[in-house]
Amino acid sequence: MFKQNQGVTSSPKSRLLGFTTLLGLVTLFVFAFFLTDPDVRLHPTTGEEIGQFDAVRLLYLHVPMAIIGPYLAPLVGAVASIGYLVKRTPWWDVTAHAAIEVGAIFCGLVLVQGSIWGRPVWNTWWEWGDVRIMTTLILFLMLLGYLALRRVVADEHKQARRSAIVALVAAVNLPIINRSVEWWESRTLHQKSTLSELKIEDLTFFTLMMGIVVFLMLFTWLVLHRFRLGWLEKESLKQESLTALEERRAEAAINEEGRS
Amino acid sequence: MTHLGYLIAGWGITLVVILAYLVSVFRRARSVASRVPSGRQRWMTSSENEIRD
Repeated sequence: MFKQNQGVTSSPKSRLLGFTTLLGLVTLFVFAFFLTDPDVRLHPTTGEEIGQFDAVRLLYLHVPMAIIGPYLAPLVGAVASIGYLVKRTPWWDVTAHAAIEVGAIFCGLVLVQGSIWGRPVWNTWWEWGDVRIMTTLILFLMLLGYLALRRVVADEHKQARRSAIVALVAAVNLPIINRSVEWWESRTLHQKSTLSELKIEDLTFFTLMMGIVVFLMLFTWLVLHRFRLGWLEKESLKQESLTALEERRAEAAINEEGRS
Repeated sequence: MTHLGYLIAGWGITLVVILAYLVSVFRRARSVASRVPSGRQRWMTSSENEIRD
């Protein structure tokens, strides 16, 4: 049954991508749990063991998804929305919808993972005053708003146009999320970028990079399937309209015959 | 291993949610595909200009 379900939106290339992604996830898991060391350092004065210990293994999941969910996915959605507003073709609209739906899931998961990681490391589940968390939460709510809008507007073109505008408004938040730790340095528990400045050890860095590649593949794979589902939904609506039109024509022809 | 509960929760929730989403996409696709003729079941088969405003 699962194979049959998958068959509708899959193709040989998407199956290859899916298989590679699965292999990547397993490899990432092995690296994250068995090959990398826990984060343990010695306090310079007391000599006491400090650090994130094994909680650092959550970051191999959290950091890659935090790059895709709150940045890449809304960016793809915004670019595709501009494409729709310029070209007015369904390809762009369906692409934006697919990227934002998958992005919303990633973004929600990033908030949950961050909360789970924050409890042992920062000693808090949630920090309302943290600008990075708050701006990410606002983006997540905007993405949910986008998805809600796609369900309430009846007319296909109106829906696509309004959704595209919401996607562009949400994209305004992206540089704010990114720069929040610099602009409001005293109002966040998040540190400044450590990836770009190579402040982390080799294997940890390698595992993080591998996580980014694996989650990029996962994101692409999910968007591909969601795109094809969206396309099928559009085709289904078109088919319904055609069937209704044919029925009305047949009815009209019968009435015409009856009169003559 | 320290923080095992947090690790299981973080990795577990993520993988379960993504898997559930994937299954829901496949199921919805299967259900919608039954209403679309097989010749139009691929996005490549439709002309972009058909739904132009």
